[in-house]
Formats: sequence, C-alpha cells, structure tokens
Amino acid sequence: MTIDDRPRRGEPTRRDLERYGGLFAQRTKVMKSSAMRDLMAITKRDDVISLAGGLPDTSTFPPASFAALMDQVASQSCARALQYGPTEGLDSVRRCVTEVMAAEGMAGIDPDDVLVTTGGQQVIDLMCKTLIDPGDVIVAEAPTYPGAVPAFCAYEADVVQIEMDGDGMRVDVLEATLDRLEHEGRRPKFIYTVPTFQNPAGVTLSMPRRERLVALAHERELLILEDNPYGLLRYEGEPVPTLRSIDGGEFVVYLGTFSKILSPGIRVGWTVAPRPVLEKMNLGKQSADLCSSPMTQHFVAAYFESGRWREYLRSLSEIYRRRRDTMLDALTEHLPRETEWTHPQGGLFIWVTLPDYIDTTDLLARALSAESVAFVPGRAAYLDGRGGSSMRLNFSGVGENEIREGVRRIGKVVREQVGLYGTLTGASPPQAEPAPPPIDPALAKVLRLPERGRPPHRDRRTGAEQ
Amino acid sequence: MTRVAVLKGGRSLERGVSLRSGARVANALAHLGHDVASIDVGGDLVARLRDVAAHVAFVALHGPFGEDGTVQELLEVVGMPYTASGVSACIRCSDKVLAKHAMRDAGIPTPDFFAFNETAFRELGAAGALPEMEQRLAFPIVVKPASQGSALGIKFARTAADVPTALVAAFSYGDKVLLERYVAGRDLAVSVLEGDAGPIALPVVEAVPRDREFYDFEARYEIGRTDFLCPAELAGGVAQRAQGLAVEAYRLLGCYGFARIDLMLDETGALYVLEANVIPGLTDTSLLPQAAEAAGISFEDVVARLVDLAIARARPGRADAGAPA
Repeated sequence: MTIDDRPRRGEPTRRDLERYGGLFAQRTKVMKSSAMRDLMAITKRDDVISLAGGLPDTSTFPPASFAALMDQVASQSCARALQYGPTEGLDSVRRCVTEVMAAEGMAGIDPDDVLVTTGGQQVIDLMCKTLIDPGDVIVAEAPTYPGAVPAFCAYEADVVQIEMDGDGMRVDVLEATLDRLEHEGRRPKFIYTVPTFQNPAGVTLSMPRRERLVALAHERELLILEDNPYGLLRYEGEPVPTLRSIDGGEFVVYLGTFSKILSPGIRVGWTVAPRPVLEKMNLGKQSADLCSSPMTQHFVAAYFESGRWREYLRSLSEIYRRRRDTMLDALTEHLPRETEWTHPQGGLFIWVTLPDYIDTTDLLARALSAESVAFVPGRAAYLDGRGGSSMRLNFSGVGENEIREGVRRIGKVVREQVGLYGTLTGASPPQAEPAPPPIDPALAKVLRLPERGRPPHRDRRTGAEQ
Repeated sequence: MTRVAVLKGGRSLERGVSLRSGARVANALAHLGHDVASIDVGGDLVARLRDVAAHVAFVALHGPFGEDGTVQELLEVVGMPYTASGVSACIRCSDKVLAKHAMRDAGIPTPDFFAFNETAFRELGAAGALPEMEQRLAFPIVVKPASQGSALGIKFARTAADVPTALVAAFSYGDKVLLERYVAGRDLAVSVLEGDAGPIALPVVEAVPRDREFYDFEARYEIGRTDFLCPAELAGGVAQRAQGLAVEAYRLLGCYGFARIDLMLDETGALYVLEANVIPGLTDTSLLPQAAEAAGISFEDVVARLVDLAIARARPGRADAGAPA
C-alpha cells in the first residue's frame, strides 16, 4: 500500500487563494501561464512518447566517469565544494568557459569578463532584471525560445517579434521595425536572438545577416543578447562565426551553457558581456542566489581537466545527427503533403508547420489522448497568439525507435484532422500518400506567419544543403 | 476514524486541475481527523482500491473517466462507497448533449443546439447541413466538445468560414461535438449542495473575465485573470430564479452530493442552463468552494458533508439517491 502526500496535521487549511490576490505584485498578473501547462503535465505520463522536451540525452554520460569526477571533487575540493563561492564563479570554471568559447571561434576571452550563472536561463532573467522597466521593448525572433517568454512577461516587457525564414531573423524587417519604434520614441533595450540552430525553429542566421545585425547594433547602439546553447552541436555544414566574435564585445552580450554539451542537471551557464553590463548583472545575481553551486562548478572543472569534453561532444553530436536524420525521414514518411518543416543543421529542434486550420494546442489534446504522443504547440513561442498551426519537435531526448513511432503517431492525428477538414469544407479528400521528401531547404516561407495564405506546393527536392 | 481514499489525477486533460482539487480535499480530510490515502488514478486503480481498503472514496477527478461514470462504476463493483453523483447521473451530465436533451424535454431553458459525431460528417455528409444549422443558431456560434468539463476546445465561430476550423478543434477532444447558440450576457454558476432536506442552491457566482472576449480555459484556473463576484450582483429575483433552475436541473439529472450548474443570463433577463458539472473544481480558485464560503460553509464542511452522504447512500435499505428523478 502506498500513501502519498498525506497532509500534516495542524497545518492550516489553505483558504481561498483569492484572498491573497490583492497582495500579488502587478507583474504576476501578466505572468504567462496557459492551458498548455495542464496539457504538458500529461506528457510526463510513462506511456507518452514526448517529443516536447528540450532535453539533451544524459543517458550516454558514463556513470563511471560521473563517479570518478565526484570522487575527485570530494577528495580534492570537499570543503570548497560545500562552501559558498564567488558570485562571478570559480576561476577554474571561467577558464573552462574560455576554452569552450575558443572552440566556437572566440579565442582570447578574458576569464574576468565571464559571469558564471545558474544555467543559461539565469542570463535571460538577469538581462531583464538589469535592463527592463515595465513597458520597455525587447526585440525577439518569431517564433522565440518558449522558455524566454515567461521571463520577458515577468518583467512586463513589451516584446516585439521579428519573423524568420530559412536564414534566420529577417534583418530587413528588424530594421524597418526599429525605424518604426524610433518614430514612436521607443528604443529597444535589447535584441534577443538564438542565431544558431534556433530554438524552436532549428534555423541558423546567415552570415550576411549576422554582419548586418551586428552593424545595426553598432549604428544604433543597441544591445544584442546572443543565446548560443547549441552552437557546438553541428551535424552538417560549416560553422558560422558567432555574433560576439563579429562584434568583438561592444554590443553583444553572449550567453553560453554547459547544459547541452555536458549536463543541464549541473545548472551551469555563463555570460560574457561588456564590463558595465556585466557588473550590473553581477549585482542582480547577488540578490538572486549569491553564487551558482560551487559543487557542480567543481564538477565542471574536474570534467574539463580530464580532457574528455571534446570526445563526449563528438559522441553526442553523432547520436543527435542520427536522431535528426531519423526524425526528418519519419516526417517525410508520415506527415501529409500539406505540412512543412525545417531542416536544422544542428541543435535539438525541428519546427513543423501544419495547415492554418489546424490548431496545434487542440491537436496536442488529441495526440495525447488518442496516441499518447506529445510536442510543444507553436503558440508557446509567441507572445501574441500566433504560431497556432506550428509545433516544435525535439529529437535529442528520445531514441530513434521512439522518434520514428512518435512521428508516426503525430502523422496519424494530423492526417485525421486534414481529412476531417476536407470533409467539412467539401474539399478534396485527404492525400493518403505521405509527403514528399523535405521541401525546398531554403525554407523561405516555412516560418511564415500563420495568418498568411499557404504557398503553392513546391517541387520535390532531396538536397539537404542550405 | 474513517479511512478515505482520495482519487485524483488520472489520464484526463484536466489532470492538473484534479491534482490540485485532490490535494486540497486530502488536506481538509486530514484536518477532519480522517485517515487519508491519496491515489493518482492509473492502470492499477482497482488493485490500489483493494490495497487501501478505505471506508469511502472521495472522487476528486475531473473530465473523462472520473466524471463520466467509469470510475463510479468501478467503485460500485469493488463495493466502496464514494462521494457525489452515481453512475447514471455522471453519464448524463458528462455528455452535454444528453444533459441538454433531458433539460429541453423537461422544459428547462438551454440554448438551442445541434450535436453530431465525427461519423456523421465523414459518412453521412452532415457538413451539407451546416448552412441550415448556422441559419437557425445565428452567428456567433459556440462549438464545443460534448464531453469536456473544462473550457478546453471551446471555440466561437463568428462566420461560416470559422465553423470547419472550430469543428476540427472541438473534435480533438472527443467524438461528439455540440454547436450551440451563443448567449451574450453574464456568466453565472450556481453550486448545489445536498442538505438534510434535499439539495440547496448556494449563492450565485458571476465570472467576469478581465481582458478576454470570452471566458477561456486559462482564465478559469489562473488567479487574477478573472474576477469572481460572489454573491453576484443581480437585479430583483434573478438570483432566486437562477438558484431555482439550478436545483431543478440538479434533480432532473439525478445528481447527488453536490454539483455546479453553469448558466447564462441574457440582456432580456432570460436564464439558460449550459451544463451541470458533477464533480466541480475544488481548487483554490474554484467556484463551488467560493460559493460555499459565501454561504458560511467552510471547505471542510463541504468535504465532511460529501463523505457523510457517500456513507449514507451505501447504507443497506437506503434508496439510491443518485437515481434520476
């Protein structure tokens, strides 16, 4: 017999929470929460194949290595690992950060310019905390990282989202938007972007756009928050320089993390920022958590000392590349031809866009109850209700067989809905045959806004080059 | 000491709400001095019920399985007394179409409607009759799944072009979908609690969404998104009429223990019953606990009464109070 969450005696019964409503800060009223949260709660069921998470595969990390590293931390740094640490992070970890950044083409970073944070997520929070007053403008991509949305909302930012295509953020649209904002007397506090293997869209900002984006920041003296968790997880194509390396450290605040190259469980990320910004963020971090866990920081330092991080990264990349290919093949096999998706050269996500008349939040309900499969509805990546017919699929968190089966199940519910819509509108019956192989990899319209008309169906192409 | 099994969670889309309801109920039961065993309902439910061997089960489940009579049937089979409505009332109320037909037949006002399952559209060409339905109901039309307890899947079609999309969305939640005339007006909820001398209507709650055109799922469960007025400020006699209708619907549908009846009040002062919820939300922001509190009945009192009623119903010789009237 199992008895769970038995309440303790003597604990006051919690009366209606409405009573506390008057005490909540105004900003809690705009905190983003939704039906999706309740739907997502179900994705945790054991029988659900979840392509919804953003989880790296930690099951490939050798337990023996973990044990050896913890043993080393215990024998060499026990007292220090158990103690508070400096807010800016351990020097040893800041040196690891410079090593990773050098591997991303940013050699010569001064460890003193590094602030170690509690995951990369804290950088987003600290950026808002130090820069955003209620109503201030943040420019972000459309779609944007769903995890950034609650942070932006919590600081009551006015988020302006810039559409993307296969080459990442439309910098021409950004420029026009900045002009418009300037006319209104509003200057964005920063531009938030995941330029490489974007979450959730999977696309990468092209080199010309990178240069133009950095130039824009310099011309207009705007900060860019470059969120780069996946840059080292490249499965094809040539690396592109980070915005930080183009910029040289004047207007780009760089966000990095060990989450995707080592472990998200250690919660160690970092930022490299212009000194005045870094100092404010340091102050913000002091009030948030004093310091990130010295215990896991020592773990990181020991791990890098062992010299195996590149080898592990290679093995992870190989696993993820196979999973990405499996997912792309499965999408081709199982999704109807009315569907489009991106072809990421790296990272963890594929962005799938369905016909406009399918709402992926409702589709998730059906996918969960009828087929026990989960994804992230596209609306989570927008602050303005767009994205309703898109979804984000993750290919790093589950094995190839589950990916294949998960996509098959999604394909089934999508085809059912396409068929039903056809029946309801008297349109031709649904296409029974699967979609052609990946659509035009230039993806010029894949990320198009949902309210626009659908492009005519494009030719079959198998090329994976972008 | 009574041993109470609190059934919560489950596979329904309202799992999250149910977990919150269940936790609150468990807390109240412990305060009342009961021995509480919480069960997250899953594939091992029957085994868990036998293991726990409780005197009574408190059903804090929402949505399919928990509210549609399935779990109640299982509890009947294993012989464990349980709270709230019996199997047949659960079946009638969880299917909005059955409930609306029953109300219409009995003369209880409910918005005009049509209901079809997916097969009717796929195999009988029901889509061809949409123009007639649209004409009779007039836009905007409410399109909703027949079986969802929450506001999930409820869409508002403003034009004929919106209807297919709304239907596709609503069919995501179940096989049967309701097209209903939209009643513009005020959104009222009357909770009914079984007293010693039969069902009593609690004060009327009005839900006023702050920034939404329509009351939606998010607003319903988030503090600060909707203002709840309890008792609702209603002109002469409206509250009494709403309460009267609620009790009438409660009796007609054969509810037991408690239920929440949702109504709309239009501009002319006419009231319409939308649906009956046999296991209304019991979370911190739910309407029934608020209404009870407004009537001077604490949450613990509500919980205690439901447990007593469950035990009373199971006593030999007592007629099934859950039978339809």
